[in-house]
Amino acid sequence: MSMLIFERSSAGRRLSILPEKPVEIEQYIPSECLRRQDLDLPQLSENDISRHYTELAKRSHGVNDGFYPLGSCTMKYNPKLNEAMAVLPGFCDIHPLQPLASIQGCLQVMAEAQKYLAEITGMDAVTLQPGAGAHGEFTGLLLIKAYLHSQGQLARNKIIVPDSAHGTNPASATMAGFSVINVPSDEEGYVDLDLLQAAVGDDTAALMLTNPNTLGRFDKNILQITKIVHDAGGLCYYDGANLNAVVGLVRPGDMGFDVVHLNLHKTFSTPHGGGGPGSGPVGCKSFLAPFLPGRLAMEEEDGTYGWLLPEQSIGDVKAFYGNFLVAVKALSYILTLGADGLAAAASQSVLNANYLMKQLSASYDMACDGLCMHEFVMSLEKLKQQTGVSAMDVAKALLDYQMHPPTMYFPLIVHEALMVEPTETESKETLDQAAQAYLEIYRRACSDPESLHKAPQTTPVGRVDEVGAARNPRLKFGD
Amino acid sequence: MRIPQDLQYTKSHEWVKLYDEGTKAKVGITDFAQNQMGDIVFITLPEVGNSVTAEETLTDFESVKAVSDIYSPVSGDICAVNEELADAPELLNTDPYAAWIVELENIGDTVELLSADAYEAYCKEQEEA
Repeated sequence: MSMLIFERSSAGRRLSILPEKPVEIEQYIPSECLRRQDLDLPQLSENDISRHYTELAKRSHGVNDGFYPLGSCTMKYNPKLNEAMAVLPGFCDIHPLQPLASIQGCLQVMAEAQKYLAEITGMDAVTLQPGAGAHGEFTGLLLIKAYLHSQGQLARNKIIVPDSAHGTNPASATMAGFSVINVPSDEEGYVDLDLLQAAVGDDTAALMLTNPNTLGRFDKNILQITKIVHDAGGLCYYDGANLNAVVGLVRPGDMGFDVVHLNLHKTFSTPHGGGGPGSGPVGCKSFLAPFLPGRLAMEEEDGTYGWLLPEQSIGDVKAFYGNFLVAVKALSYILTLGADGLAAAASQSVLNANYLMKQLSASYDMACDGLCMHEFVMSLEKLKQQTGVSAMDVAKALLDYQMHPPTMYFPLIVHEALMVEPTETESKETLDQAAQAYLEIYRRACSDPESLHKAPQTTPVGRVDEVGAARNPRLKFGD
Repeated sequence: MRIPQDLQYTKSHEWVKLYDEGTKAKVGITDFAQNQMGDIVFITLPEVGNSVTAEETLTDFESVKAVSDIYSPVSGDICAVNEELADAPELLNTDPYAAWIVELENIGDTVELLSADAYEAYCKEQEEA
């Protein structure tokens, strides 16, 4: 194990030497608010810190290290041009409260990002404020709630969610104060129209749907689905997590959806997670626009940019303007690719997924027959029954082939699921290498299953005890 | 897979033991359920005094694979919860039929309850599907 940064600490070592205090500021602070002990911070030189984090970085795996086909996460390559745009001083060295005249360029970026995202989704207005996908879901549901209440439709308090949905959908609906109705999928993984028809009624607030769904299938009944919900007086929410398969080709607005969230850190090539931050813009049709949160950037008649405050806004869902620099990166991506480029990227993501699926289907069972969209789901149930090798074992073994495992045990409707999303930014060579690794692991499962239970063998950390960590967590260093 | 004869079962893989002439009940999850979920690491214990409705969510539990709901086989009032599970959720894996989750009184409606033999047939059907 490498050392923690606290273990590298040496008392008195400093990164920089602070000047003497010009005034005794303690005299201005009530004595009960003054700290009596020094903060327990690690004390290191810049060189120590740099080596510490470089060492940690070498032990991790990111898109820059190798193949990362984490299903439903769209771990595509993040072009360096996006980063170059986001570090321009005009975007970085600003304050959220400075006069509008001095940040016209930033407002223009926001206005253009809103405009392009609205065009791409087939919506009329977009807010950039939500901080990530689930936050976007929550925001979209609050829009629906505010609209229904403004219409006096207080009894519409149920959100319909198919059983193939992302787990965040029912969670967001519950957080927003709705109750959730689950609708089972049919045998092919599509929304069961009869069951949907039976589920809608006077209490339906909305349907939340991902299309393509989590099995990687485009629901061919999508127009009927949204019509059933609209005819019952409900609204339709599009979870944009899987937009990468169709961006530039079809639009949620044309499928009949009223609200949509996007994950800029998936489809629009901005970094994920801790390296992000994320961004989950929400688009909506015009009848929901008066309820949007925060403020929207807009072009005034004289060509300058200012703020539009939605009349019946649900209020802020995040401080100021959302993760602005992420919007800069997404706009950089959109302008670089253009309309044709975005559509080509979507098509390539689908081609790559089908190319890999076809090779893997020589050994592995697929959750559904036929072509997939941008991702596909395998079921290792039979392999587990025959050899004892689980989806977890295969995922761990892939680490020894210097690639990130696919998403495991999701969607829940497929047993021993592995969900693979290669994205459009991987070459044929990478896909061929990945296929060889997956197929070799399958052969090992049949000939030497024990070796897979012990995987990974070559990583800095081997098989971790996830059960022990969850049942007996040790959350404090030094105990 | 163990399916004790003296219990009744639901299609959502809970077991229920009715006693005191059907006025009281203990509820837990079946061997099939714990096996499907894998290592269970957490269960939310409902509050004593709460009322539950047959077929609606009783509580939820978590394994390393997923979070899942447990549905109430009966309507009634919760008169006791198995506090032991808070610190030792693994009992749901090691001995699911001893690891009762809640005790209910004032039993009203029930969902369709299966005998041990009918439940065994149902599980086989599920595995083959």
